[in-house]
Amino acid sequence: MEPSGPPPLLFEQSRTGRKSSVLAATPEGSNPISSLIPEQFLADKPPSLPELDELSVVRHYVRLSQLNFAIDKNFYPLGSCTMKYNPKRNERIASLPGFASVHPYQPASSVQGLLEVLYELQNYLAEIAGLHAVSLQPAAGAHGELTALLVAAAHFRSIGEKRANVLVPDSAHGTNPSSAHIAGFDAVTVKSGANGLVDLEDLKAKLNDQTAVFMITNPNTAGLFDHQISTISSMLREKGALMYLDGANMNAILGVVRPGDMGADLMHYNPHKTFSGPHGGGGPGAGPIAVREHLAKFLPSPMVVKNGNGLYELDFNRPESIGRVRATFGNVGVLVRAWAYIRSQGPDGLKNISEMAVLNANYLLANLKDVYPVPMGDRCMHEFVASARAMSREKGVRAMDIAKRLLDYGFHAPTVYFPLIIAEALMIEPTESESKQTLDQFITAMRAIASESPEVLHAAPVTTPVDRPDEVQAAKNPVLRWRAN
Amino acid sequence: MAYTPHTPEDLAEMLAAVGVARVEELFETVPEANRLNRPLDIPASMNELELTRYASEIAGRNQSAGTEICFMGGGFYDHFIPALVDQLAGRSEFYTAYTPYQAEASQGTLQAIFEFQTLVAELTGMDLANASLYECATAVVEAAFLAMTTTGRLGRIVMSDAVHPEHRQTLATYLKNLEAELVVVPSVNQRTRPEDIAEALTDDTAAVVIQHPNFFGNLEDAESLVKLAQGKGALAIMSVDPISLGLLKNPGSYGADIVVAEGQSLGNILSFGGPSLGLFACRSEFMRKMPGRLVGETVDRKGKRCYTLTLQTREQHIRREKATSNICTNQGLMALRAAIYLADLGPGGFRQVAETSARQAHKAAARLAQIPGVERVLDGPFFREFVVRFEPTRKAAIVAQRARDQGVLAGIPLSDYYPDRPNDLLVAVTEKRTDSDIQALALALEVALASV
Repeated sequence: MEPSGPPPLLFEQSRTGRKSSVLAATPEGSNPISSLIPEQFLADKPPSLPELDELSVVRHYVRLSQLNFAIDKNFYPLGSCTMKYNPKRNERIASLPGFASVHPYQPASSVQGLLEVLYELQNYLAEIAGLHAVSLQPAAGAHGELTALLVAAAHFRSIGEKRANVLVPDSAHGTNPSSAHIAGFDAVTVKSGANGLVDLEDLKAKLNDQTAVFMITNPNTAGLFDHQISTISSMLREKGALMYLDGANMNAILGVVRPGDMGADLMHYNPHKTFSGPHGGGGPGAGPIAVREHLAKFLPSPMVVKNGNGLYELDFNRPESIGRVRATFGNVGVLVRAWAYIRSQGPDGLKNISEMAVLNANYLLANLKDVYPVPMGDRCMHEFVASARAMSREKGVRAMDIAKRLLDYGFHAPTVYFPLIIAEALMIEPTESESKQTLDQFITAMRAIASESPEVLHAAPVTTPVDRPDEVQAAKNPVLRWRAN
Repeated sequence: MAYTPHTPEDLAEMLAAVGVARVEELFETVPEANRLNRPLDIPASMNELELTRYASEIAGRNQSAGTEICFMGGGFYDHFIPALVDQLAGRSEFYTAYTPYQAEASQGTLQAIFEFQTLVAELTGMDLANASLYECATAVVEAAFLAMTTTGRLGRIVMSDAVHPEHRQTLATYLKNLEAELVVVPSVNQRTRPEDIAEALTDDTAAVVIQHPNFFGNLEDAESLVKLAQGKGALAIMSVDPISLGLLKNPGSYGADIVVAEGQSLGNILSFGGPSLGLFACRSEFMRKMPGRLVGETVDRKGKRCYTLTLQTREQHIRREKATSNICTNQGLMALRAAIYLADLGPGGFRQVAETSARQAHKAAARLAQIPGVERVLDGPFFREFVVRFEPTRKAAIVAQRARDQGVLAGIPLSDYYPDRPNDLLVAVTEKRTDSDIQALALALEVALASV
């Protein structure tokens, strides 16, 4: 039997006197702790953590877990998020003590195996990018964007220029303009044309000698490959600006086309998307960046290098580096999984992944477009954006209603209301992991939903533990923690 | 590689449905000039058996806290992780879920984060905590940014050099393109002197950052430092060792405005420093300026209590360039592990971790001080980490290397960060370190010192 709803909070289950049995108590007769640490520094009592027995903790988290959708139990066609299967073999590899139990400040000589993995990964990511050098340090995609923009700023500083602007298409992920702002730039929006691609006229109008970087996602968030990419690259080069590629959609083009060959100067990867790192309900991710040769000297320190004796080292001696962007080397556990994934696949496997991801998306598109119009064309790359605009007008059924109803059919919802350039957007990305049988079940569900009455759809979801949280209330009177009465 | 499930029959049917003869036709929008047209130059695929064997061989070449006795710290500690943390956090439903944007499909993750926020707030003595940041250095950066936007002071951030050097370096990187300068105040005898901080404080100082216990393991005069900052209209940002809060007064009791911490030691593995866990807690008046995700309590349409991501108008996907931070993916799974860890230990167990760590650390410090040629540089109060100094001819990095040859990761040579301290070693102790581990450390150092 599935639990009917959320269990009480940990704190509400607490009973005074319930104890953990993890550690031995301090032996009777020991000197008081105040003989070691002066009283003035000591708390009167330990923090008010809940007091629970072990079985209660286990049941609590098992019950919570049962309230979640997850890739391991549901199809998760969440556009832009690349919810592919996370191979279990990678989990066991990342858990090997020689990876999992390494202290971050051990010297290089004691971690040659791990550094070899990281060095190889740097090389693979450079090759897949068609770019020269890679930093594995950033902790997530947005962190990679920011790091790359700091690299770009250092580049302009080194040639005696200070450029104020970063151009961002209106279809871009929100992290792009946000990262630009935090890196000290002004974000300037470039419009998309009716075809969903960059409007070259608008780009031309906004591109000038104050433009540091143009951030492009290609394939873009509408699931289209912007074939104008070489023209865009030439326009930027003419003004001395750099092209940044947001690698969120790399799953569509592995081994087919490389960002460097499109003219990108910098890019980031999302290994937790493209290279199968588990999402963990909101991370961890990683955000490695790759750059063209003339920008390599600005990458964060340290980098993994191989010296003349074939030994791996962490290179901190990089005088033009932007410096550190975090403590320690990076989200290494995620990187080890990415390495294992790439080694599992090899060149043919990676290309096959992109081909099957694109085929799966096109198969869904072909079978859904008559009921869910796809404004930006009949073909797509790894994802496409359908619009519920007509249904919204005709029946008052919105994209969110369709998303919620899908949960009742056992499918996670697509990304909704993004990208912002498509009204009532339903952004669908199946990934290569899914079989034709699963896709067919999804198509059946989507088509069934299209013919359901507005009342049914407005009432959805009816099978989930809760039913449309009141978000207005949550934001108006925020309750962000439990408090004892 | 059979990672994809498509049979030849499936392929034929799908291609027909799409209306193409070959998969390659689906890529026709990619201009020929941009295409790779050769296989990627990476190694050929390996099956699971080959890969597992190969990776195990490579992993076996690393020394680690799994094979050696670990006395290394610097924010990352070899604490004991109860079995249920791996078992529960490893459940597929947590492990392979996305960020909980669809609340109905994510109540498990959302409630777990809400509980995590409460646990971190309780631990730090602050009003609120967020759903996590990447790690502590970027948490320091976010705290500094919040201080600048809140105070409207864009001139400087004052920081003691007893704050983790990598946190200082990271903040310096972020400030390089902005107006604000980072002013680093040297510590004296491994402690921050309030009078030195006072001297660095100006009317355009947005925040003072202190670490307590500091990077050298010593306890700071947190009360004076917090008051000083606030007396000048700056915010007081405190970076802490979360385990210390089992025993020490929390930052809330010192009146701190923002608290940051590296949360790895709360049930997370070392993994060469990542995935890490940035903790961020603050006073409630900064709620709408906080970075990162927040989960709030609300009710559903039937009036049932439930949880949802909230105050999203602070965030990049809504506010774009005006967002309080660019963070999107954070460290959700690490936050879950921390919550399970704290729930399992409870107040008594958590206090015991802190107390046993402190007691063993003090034993270790006393034992090492008995070794000829080893000096405890400072005799002031510390929690579980301390510095020992060797004679001028004995470089700490070399001593540590020799100790490692005997199976002991003896500590962090301070010369990695402070070139003027070539003979200092930073030693950290957790509840896992037994009396015989301490004896092994002492013997390893004795042998090492005799050989260099």
